[in-house]
Amino acid sequence: MTLYTGTVVTVRPKSRVWRSIGENALYALGLPFLLLVVWGVWSTISPQKFFPGPIEIIQAFVDTWIGPQFFVDVVPSLARLGLGIVLSIAIGITAGTVIGSIRWLRELLEPTLEFFRAIPPPVLIPVVVLLLGITDATKVIVIVSGAIWPILLNTIEGVRATDAVMTETARSFGITRWQRLRYLVLPAASPQIMAGVRQGLSVALILMVISEMFSSSSGLGYRITYFQRNYLIAEMWSGILLLGLIGVLLATIFGIVERRVLSWYHGIKEVERA
Amino acid sequence: MPDTLLQVEHLKKIYESSTGSVEAIGDISFSMRSGELVCIVGPSGCGKTTLLKCIAGLLNPTAGSVELDGRKVTAPPASMALVFQEYGRSLYPWLTVHGNVELPLKHKRLARAERERLIVDALEAVGLDHAAKSYPWQLSGGMQQRVAIARAVAYQPEVLIMDEPFAAVDAQTRADLEDLVRGLHRDRGMSILFVTHDIDESVYLGERVIVLSKSPTWVQEDLAIDLAPERDQITTRALPRFTELRTHVYEQIQRAKRGEAIRAAA
Amino acid sequence: MARRSPRSLRSLRKAVLGVAGLLGFLLTWQLIPTLGIISPEYLPYATETLARLADDLRDLAFWRAVGQTMTSWAIGLTIASVAAIALGTVIGLIPFLRRATHTTVEFLRPIPSVALIPLAVLVYGIQMQAALVIIVFASFWQVFVQVLYGVADVDAVARDTARSFGLSRSSRVVNLVLPTALPYLMTGLRLAAAVALILAITAEMVIGNPGVGRLIALSGSAADWVGLYALVIVTGLLGLTINLLFRVIERRSLAWHQSVRGEEVL
Repeated sequence: MTLYTGTVVTVRPKSRVWRSIGENALYALGLPFLLLVVWGVWSTISPQKFFPGPIEIIQAFVDTWIGPQFFVDVVPSLARLGLGIVLSIAIGITAGTVIGSIRWLRELLEPTLEFFRAIPPPVLIPVVVLLLGITDATKVIVIVSGAIWPILLNTIEGVRATDAVMTETARSFGITRWQRLRYLVLPAASPQIMAGVRQGLSVALILMVISEMFSSSSGLGYRITYFQRNYLIAEMWSGILLLGLIGVLLATIFGIVERRVLSWYHGIKEVERA
Repeated sequence: MPDTLLQVEHLKKIYESSTGSVEAIGDISFSMRSGELVCIVGPSGCGKTTLLKCIAGLLNPTAGSVELDGRKVTAPPASMALVFQEYGRSLYPWLTVHGNVELPLKHKRLARAERERLIVDALEAVGLDHAAKSYPWQLSGGMQQRVAIARAVAYQPEVLIMDEPFAAVDAQTRADLEDLVRGLHRDRGMSILFVTHDIDESVYLGERVIVLSKSPTWVQEDLAIDLAPERDQITTRALPRFTELRTHVYEQIQRAKRGEAIRAAA
Repeated sequence: MARRSPRSLRSLRKAVLGVAGLLGFLLTWQLIPTLGIISPEYLPYATETLARLADDLRDLAFWRAVGQTMTSWAIGLTIASVAAIALGTVIGLIPFLRRATHTTVEFLRPIPSVALIPLAVLVYGIQMQAALVIIVFASFWQVFVQVLYGVADVDAVARDTARSFGLSRSSRVVNLVLPTALPYLMTGLRLAAAVALILAITAEMVIGNPGVGRLIALSGSAADWVGLYALVIVTGLLGLTINLLFRVIERRSLAWHQSVRGEEVL
C-alpha cells in the first residue's frame, strides 16, 4: 500500500517568524540580564568586600587577562588541558576497545579498573608529582590519570554490550574483524563512550585547576590563588569568570562533536519519544 | 434521536507549527447511539488519531464541536475510556497489572470492596485473572493490550474509544482480541468507537463503518453492516455478504486515497 | 537446578578472574620497586603500604578524619539534592521557567566548582562551610539536570492515558511524573554522590579543613610516602563503597525499570 496523503500547508507570514526570533532572544537573555542588573544594583547599594559588582569584575577581566598575561598563564594551561584530554580519549578508547572485546581480559581487569575510577582524581596529584617531579609533562599526566577512567570503563562497557543480533548480522555477511570494529562495534558503543568523555572533560578541567593550585608558579589555578592570597578580589573573580568561560567553551565544543557523532542516536530517541 | 450518545459536528482541526499550518481534519460530522459499535476506517495518515484526540478532549478542535450525552467536550470527560495502539507506553511499567487497572478507579471514590470487585471482574473478562500481580512488561504484547482493555472496562465508561488497538500484535492474537471486543459489546452492551486501518477488521467488528476521506478529512461514507450480531472468525468471514461489504469498503478507501470522491455539499 | 549451573559457573569464573586481576596488580606493584624499576623510596612496596593501611585502620585519629570527610560529604550531598529536586521539579514542570532559565543553567553548569575554592576560602576561611560551598555547587548540577530531563521525559501516550481517565493534575504528578523521573533522579544522585566525595577530599587538600584530604596533603609535605599511598587506597575504598551503596539503592528502588532489567538480562 502506498502511504500517500495530501496535506495542505500554508506558509507562515513573515512577521510571525520575526516575532518568534525576538521571543527566543528574550527568553535566552532575559534572566541573565536581570540577574546582572540585580547584582549590579545590590553591589552599589551595599558594597560587599568579597562580592564586587559586575562592572568592576569585567574591568578587572580586561585588565588582567587581555594582553601578555593571556599567553603567560592561560595559553599554557589550555595547551596542557587539550593535550591531556586528547591523550585520555586516545588511550581510553583504544585500551577500552581491546579490553572490551576480549572477555577474559575484561573480567581480569574490571575490578582493578573500577577501583582506580573510584579514587578521587585530585588525590593522584601528589603521587604523580612524587614519581615524576614537577614539570609540564607531570601536569598533563595528572590530567590523564584522572580523566582516563570514565572514558576507559565506558568504552569497555559499550563495546561489551554490542547488540548480539547486529554482531551476528555482520558475521553472516562475512565482514572482517577490523571492519566490524570500525562500522559496528565503535558506532554502537559511541553513546556510552561519549558519556564517558563528558565525565572525563569535567574531571580534566578540575585537575588542570587543582594541579596548578598545588604545585606551580604559573597557570590559571596558580594565578587565581595568588589573587586570593593578595586580596585582589575583583581580579580573583575575573579568574573565576575566565574558568567559567573555559568550561562553557569545552561544553559547547563537546556538544557540537556529540551532535555530529551521535546524530543517529538522538534521531532514534526523538522518534521513540514522539 | 433521544438516545444519541456521541455527536460530532463540523469538526475541523488545523495544526500550527513553525513551518506553517496543516489542515488535518476538514469537516467531520457523525453521531453514535448508545450501545453501538462503530468502526472508523480511512487511508493512512488521514487524521484518525487527530479525530480521536478531539473526541477524547485531549485536543481542542479548530472549529466544530463534540458532544457526549448532550454536553460539549472541552476536557477529557469522565465517562469515556481510551485504549491506545501503543500499549507499552500506555501502561505504567512501575505498576503491576492490578495497579494499572486500579489507577483510574482511585479518584472515583468507590468503596474498597467495590473497587476490588471491578478489577477482578475486568481482569476475568479479558482472561487475565491469573496475572494480576505481574508487571506489564513481563507479559506478551497481546496480554498487555488485554490489560489496557481491562483497565478501560473496570472504569465503566459510557463509551470506549479504541485507537488502532491491535495494529501492533500478531494475527492470531489479533483474532482473539477482536472476539474479545465483540464479546464486551454483546455481553455488556458497551458502546465502542473503534478506529482501524484494517478493512476486514472494521467490517467484522462494526455495526456501522464510517469511511474517512484522505486529509483534510471528511466523512466519505457511513455504512451500516447488516451482518448478524453473533459473529465468528471462520463462518462470518466466509459469508458472501461479508465479502461484498469488505469489497465495497475497499473500493471506497481506494477512491479516498486517489482523492476521487467528491464531497456532496460543503 | 541443571539450568542454573552454567550461570553460576560463569559468575564464579568472573569472580576468580577479578580477584586474580587484583592480585596481579598487587604483585606487579610489589615487583616494580623490588626489581629497582622505580626506587622504593618513591614507590614503596605493596606489602609495606598495605601494612600501613592496616595500622591506619586501628588508629582513632584516622577514623576521625574519615568521619569528618564523610560528614561534609553527607551534608553537602543532602543540601544539593534537596535543592536540586525542588527546583528541578518546579522548573521542569513549568515550560515558561524552563525556557527562561535555560541559558543561565547552561552557563553556570560547566563552571568547574574548584574555581570557587578561592572565593569560599575568602568568605569562610578554613572551615567546613568553605568545603560545603564547593561540594554543594558541584553536586547540585548533577541532580538538577537529571531531574529536569526526567520530569520532561513523560511519555506522550502515558500522559494522554492519564488525562483521558480524568486524573487530576496533582494525581498526574504523583502517579506519572515522579515515577518517570525517578530513574533519572537515581542516576543524578549516584553521580552527585561520587562528585561530592571528590570535592570533599579536594577541598580538604587545598583549603586545609580537617579530613582525609588534609591527611594526604600533610603526608605529602612531611615526605611520608608510605602513608600517602595508604591514604590514596583509602580514598579509593571510600569511593568504591559509595558507588556500590548507590547502585544497590538504585536497583532496589527501580526494580520495575527497563534499564535496570536490561542490565540484569545481559
